[in-house]
Amino acid sequence: MNLVENVLEGDRLALARLLSQVENDTEEGRAALEALFPYTGNAHLIGVTGAPGTGKSSLVNQLARHFRKEKGCRVAVVAVDPSSPFTGGAILGDRVRMRDLAGDPGVFIRSMASRGSLGGLATATAAVTQVFDAAGYEMIFIETVGAGQAEVDVARLAHTTLVVDAPGLGDDIQAIKAGILEIADILVVNKADRPGAEYTERALKGMLELAHPTRRAFLHHGRPMGTSGQEEEPRDAPLWVPPVLRTIATQGEGITELAEAILHHAEHLRASGDWATRERARLQSELDALLQEMLIARFREDVPQARYEEVLSRVFQRALSPWEAVRLLLDGRAS
Amino acid sequence: MTERKIRVLVAKPGLDGHDRGAKVVARALRDAGMEVIYTGLRQTPEMIAEAALQEDVDVVGLSILSGAHMALVPRVIELLKANGMEHVKVFVGGIIPDEDVPRLKELGVAGIYGPGTSTEDIVRDVRAAVQGVASS
Ligand SMILES: Nc1nc2c(ncn2[C@@H]2O[C@H](COP(=O)(O)OP(=O)(O)O)[C@@H](O)[C@H]2O)c(=O)[nH]1
Ligand SMILES: [Mg+2]
Repeated sequence: MNLVENVLEGDRLALARLLSQVENDTEEGRAALEALFPYTGNAHLIGVTGAPGTGKSSLVNQLARHFRKEKGCRVAVVAVDPSSPFTGGAILGDRVRMRDLAGDPGVFIRSMASRGSLGGLATATAAVTQVFDAAGYEMIFIETVGAGQAEVDVARLAHTTLVVDAPGLGDDIQAIKAGILEIADILVVNKADRPGAEYTERALKGMLELAHPTRRAFLHHGRPMGTSGQEEEPRDAPLWVPPVLRTIATQGEGITELAEAILHHAEHLRASGDWATRERARLQSELDALLQEMLIARFREDVPQARYEEVLSRVFQRALSPWEAVRLLLDGRAS
Repeated sequence: MTERKIRVLVAKPGLDGHDRGAKVVARALRDAGMEVIYTGLRQTPEMIAEAALQEDVDVVGLSILSGAHMALVPRVIELLKANGMEHVKVFVGGIIPDEDVPRLKELGVAGIYGPGTSTEDIVRDVRAAVQGVASS
């Protein structure tokens, strides 16, 4: 029996091992992703982003518990924390706030270090969610680093993106920048028990009006992703207006409403055709990335390193432009 | 292929509420380039074994100041084995009387550290223990 078969049969140890293989981008991990691909595409991916300390982990803890109780579906959590750029090490502390999920065999929590990747996720986070998806986890929460900048990667990966803010983080306008508002499908004002929650909520609503929601289409190579296909966009699809919801994660307050909003958003995506559009866009960028990688690998096989170095040194001497060098390497002629 | 990172679970089983030592060790391991999963206070052996499995760690570090180590450590080791995680190296830090050391070593504990141990020693032992596994 191999890891893939064991994972498909629900073996948690095999799943944990395979996640490591995938995270380390090993041969075995790649082969497993390939074998698992036909089993993916069933999970609802929910991104949770927002500045550190706003309560992302505490919210994931509550939401996962809620969905386990109300829907009985299996829940996976992928929690990303930053790696130190100096040592490559990391302290992954999100489990501290997720202790209520311990002992439930329908929940699987995996911490990931960002390993040098910017944008709030690790390079392998998407692949890790695919493994969970294939393993039958129907809801997958992805908690980002939350460094405060626009964390666009998570919105690209997730079907539903929660942006979490909280009062008392200093300047509210600074805590959530316009860029991050744009990726929000649902805005959460957590720590509603704290003074200033009303102000935070009002500030968010005000900014939301400015960043008025338009149909979300990610630019890819300068053109909108997912619009190149045959499928028609349903015409009168209603626009999703991100709700602003208040929660107290430490007391479980507002969680039912937030959970409902998440399910409602999934329904909206399916009804409007956006679910398919997003899937398509995601698969397209995955395909493009693989193509690039493979084409370069093939090129490296065909062209001896010495030849490459020789052309590079001519570029360095300003005898060739980079464009001429590429033509020379690919076609054998500089012009 | 990315370089393989050493993953360590640092846990604080039992009821005492001091995790300063555990945090110092966690930071030292991080500064040595390891990925440290920190789980916080009052973990049961069941929670520790479950987290070790989900996180596929190489090492579990237990910080125990309550004096309950002779109950907690064997239980954690037993549960790790039951989970198929017998390859995991277990380290214990805290106030461990000398007379308990042989029994803990017999159970398979890879290292035992009292207060005042230098974090450099811990980092070195953890790395050696994991690399010993990798090369065998
Ligand atoms: N007062 C209050 N504190 C909260 C609330 N939610 C989370 N916290 C606390 O805020 C801190 C950070 O929470 P955490 O979930 O780790 O935030 P993260 O860094 O965004 O994942 C912890 O001490 C939590 O206990 C809340 O609704 N109210
Ligand atoms: Mg967190």
